[in-house]
Formats: sequence, structure tokens, C-alpha cells
Amino acid sequence: MPIDVPARVLANRRLSDDYNVLALDAPAIAAATEPGQFVMLKPRAGCDPLLRRPFSVFEVLRDDRGAAAAITILSKRVGPSTQAIFDALPGRRVDCLGPLGRPFTPVNPPSEAWMIAGGVGLAPFATLAQALRARGASTTLFYGARRAAELFYLDFFRALGVDLVLTTEDGSAGERGRIVAPLERRLAERSASAPVMLYACGPEPMLDAVARTAARHSRPCQISVERIMGCGLGGCYSCVVPMRGDDGAVHNVRSCIAGPVLVADRVVWE
Amino acid sequence: MDLSVRIGSLTLKNPVVAASGCFGYGVEYADVVDLSSLGAIVSKGLFLAPREGHPAPRIVETPAGMINAIGLQGIGARRFVDEKLPELRARGATVIVNVCGTTLDEYVDVSRVVSDADGVAAIELNISCPNIKEGGIQFGCSLSGTFDVVSAVRKATRLPVIPKLTPNVTDVASFARAAEDAGADAVSLVNTFLAMAIDVETRRPKISNVVGGLSGPAIRPIAVRMVWECRQTVKIPIFGMGGIADARDALEFLIAGADAVQIGTANFVDPFVWPKVIDGIRAYMDRHAIARVADLVGSMDAREHAADPT
Repeated sequence: MPIDVPARVLANRRLSDDYNVLALDAPAIAAATEPGQFVMLKPRAGCDPLLRRPFSVFEVLRDDRGAAAAITILSKRVGPSTQAIFDALPGRRVDCLGPLGRPFTPVNPPSEAWMIAGGVGLAPFATLAQALRARGASTTLFYGARRAAELFYLDFFRALGVDLVLTTEDGSAGERGRIVAPLERRLAERSASAPVMLYACGPEPMLDAVARTAARHSRPCQISVERIMGCGLGGCYSCVVPMRGDDGAVHNVRSCIAGPVLVADRVVWE
Repeated sequence: MDLSVRIGSLTLKNPVVAASGCFGYGVEYADVVDLSSLGAIVSKGLFLAPREGHPAPRIVETPAGMINAIGLQGIGARRFVDEKLPELRARGATVIVNVCGTTLDEYVDVSRVVSDADGVAAIELNISCPNIKEGGIQFGCSLSGTFDVVSAVRKATRLPVIPKLTPNVTDVASFARAAEDAGADAVSLVNTFLAMAIDVETRRPKISNVVGGLSGPAIRPIAVRMVWECRQTVKIPIFGMGGIADARDALEFLIAGADAVQIGTANFVDPFVWPKVIDGIRAYMDRHAIARVADLVGSMDAREHAADPT
């Protein structure tokens, strides 16, 4: 059951001119969150902007005794709400509703886990990586960004024992180009009998490309989608994604409650 | 303290109602809201057959509001009755079904389906969705069309019939009158205001349907005025709505002449808004020594402003 708390901003760490990580004092939400779930935040009181915005829970922060104490979100400044999140000072209150949505399903060994992140699509993978590594699953992060300065938290993933495959559009770190290229190569090299689960989050063209690549190599793939969302609870029908149902027909599915994690080969990209 | 509201043969326990299209089928909110604590919930609009609605993007925010063109995505009346109504009944919700139609016959057929079901308290007739060509707006924008569809459904059901009126007409009160003349038990107003927003960089409309319906606090003063106009014109109860976000907003509608209020967009922002509004109305009545919420309805003091004696 989701709860709504006026969460105090504990810290606001600027990662670049556009990206920041906001820590929110929301222990009950932190304790209940599973990898891939999201919260609806209202960073500014009042009517403009009116609606909350969805954010993946990035990290679950724990106290000295290991109890869940806070969540962080990874945000990229693109509009008024993310501007407010970029500017939020410690001590401010941000209405925080969650945890919401269907989480990722982590695999167990011997299956490997390959996470594919584009830009701010890194957000759901910190908690997923922790869950996967806790199960002992061999985990790789394919992570693409515009430039080296926008590849964040690499040491966090290395410390977990996650293998990194990096790309940048300008070639300033890792391979130059898009992240789907090395993913395609690695899948081609891989024996079909060795199980791999793909997890992807990022811009929709990237998700589309990853889904096609996964299908070509007959690999299961879970994607986390981000649509314009009004309520986060299934009330408004704004955030729909066209998906092929068991009846073979395409239905508009609410990504807030059926997702945000969806089975990639059911999504029908427009 | 009496918060109850009479709508034809139906008594609501309080005047705070969840608006159609803003509360899913109600079951989505069962974990966050005590459904039995609301005056009623109004279902998403239902045709006979399921509908998939419009492609995304379906909403865009505007100053103090939002424009939506969902396109009446829905599971159809029969699946609602089979799959959603039992849980709503079990949770003690008072259920008003929002009935849609592309033809007069479909309104009647959908009304019969929900009238035959166990646990439907009333029918809200959607003759005002601005977002689909065949969504009943052709009835809701014509006085004779409004009269005809209300009359036809009136004959087909014993449930209270509550047409929901569009504000996208010159004189909404004349439509309330047409509904009353046709035997409506109450009217709901207002549906959303036809609106649009354009991305100037791409010169593309911000929602796929190009135009949609504006809701939220931005429309509230216009909606209050329309409720007040209708209160002067008809005797039947009025469900007032348009940008209500707290108890004071709800009270404004009641004082303007609404017998009950519906809350929509505010539920998206704060799904825990319901007890705050109900408790706020109660606190106001306590403070002003008002025993019955019905005594507030249409109680605006419209005397001319007296000159300041000092």
C-alpha cells in the first residue's frame, strides 16, 4: 500500500549542470521499495506545476543498523519540476507518494543479468544491481551517455562487482556511439544455452532497439518505461503503453500499475 | 450534524463524490481511500463495447490545470458489471456509473445493462466528453439532443438519471432546463473546457488528439459561475465540479448552489484529499453552527454590497 509523506530533503548532490541526486527522509517508503518501483513527487507546493512527477527510486539508504532510512532519486533537469528538484535545499519538504508500480524480477544464478541504461535511465539499476548481486547473479551494466561527464556512479557499481560496458556519443569515455552496439555484439558472442536476462531503462528509441535486439537473440527482456503520468495509481489513464495481449490484440496498458517494468516483447512501439 | 444529500430517490452520506475519469473504476483506489467514506464514486465512462482511447501523449499541464484527451478508454459496461462492481459493492461504495453512447440506442442499452446489475446507485449520462467525435457531445451541445437522450434513458431505468453537462455552450443553464424537463433527477456540471496547447519549438500539439479538455483550479471560477446560473434556473439537485482541491473550494460550490460536489484532478495530485475535504466541510459547519449541509446549498448572500458605513 503506497503512503504519502512530506519528505524532508536530506541532501542534494549535484552531479553535473543538469543531473542531481536528491535524498529524501522517507523511511517507510524506503523499507517497502523493491527494485524498479517509483515515487510520485511534488517538489513545489501550489498549482504550477500542478501534478506530481514520477521518479524511479535510485537508492535505498540505510542507517548504521542497516535499517532503510531514506531514498534517493536521480533527476535530470528538463522542466519546472526537475528544476525545483535540482534547486531543492536540505530541510525543504517534498511530497513523496510511494512505492508504486511493478518492480523488476531479479534472476538467480546461473542466469546472468545484463542491465542496459541510457542517460537518466540509470535510475532503477542501483537497487536492482544490489538485489542481483545479493543473489550472486553475475551482473553487467551497459551504460550509455552523451559524454564521459554524464556517466555517474561507476564506482558504486564497480564496488558491487558489476561489470561495466560504457559508451558515449562523443567518444569521451568507453566506446563511441550508442549502447545497443556493444549489447548486440555481446549477445552474438554468447552461447544460446547460457541464460541471460536483459533489463533496460532509457529513452524510448533505445528501449525499442534493445527490445528488438533481445527478440533477435531470443533473450527475455524487462524494460522500465517512462511516460507522461498524471497520478501514478491507475486513475487517469494518461501513461498508457500499447501492448499485445494474450488475445493477440493491442491494448493500451497503464504503465503506472501494469509497469513501469514491462515485458519487452509485448510492447508495440508506435 | 447532517452531511447527507438527497438526489432523487438516492441518499448520499455526504456531498463529496469522486468524478468520472479521475478515479479509474474505483478499485484502483481501494488501498488508499476508504471507498465507503465517500458520498459516491462515479465510474470511468462506459460504452457497451471496450475502447482503447487515444494514443499518448494524452495529457499536458497548463497553468493551474491540465488538458486531457484520454478518448474514453474503457472496458465496456458488461465487464465493469462483472469485474469491478462486486469489489465496489463489497467495499461499501456508492456507485454511480458514467454511461456513454455513440447513439441514443447505445445510451439506452448501456443504461439497461447497469440498471440490471446489483449495486449501481445512479446513472450519470456522459453527453459532454469533448475528446471524441462520437462521445455524446453531439447530444450535449443541442437542447433537443439533451432532451431526447435524457428522456430515452429516463424511460429505460428506475435509477436516478444525472446528465453531465458541457460548459462549451453559450448558456449552460438552458441545457440544465432541458435535462430537467426531460425527467433528469439531477445534473452534473461542468465537464472540461475544450482547450489546446502547442509546443512552439516543434510546432506540434502537445497531446495526440490536438484538442482536449481543460480541468483543474484554472477553471474553478467559471464552473462556480455556471453552477450558480443553473441554480437560478432548475429545481433538481446539482453536482458541482471544476477544480475543487480542498474544503473551501467545495464549500464555494455548495454556496453557489451545488447540492454535492465532485473532485477530479485534485485526486491525481493528492489521492488522500478525500477525508481532508469531508472533515473540512464538517469543521466549517461546526464553526458556522450549520446543522445540515443542505442548508448551505445556494446560500450565497447576493445582496448588493452595502456602502462602507465608515
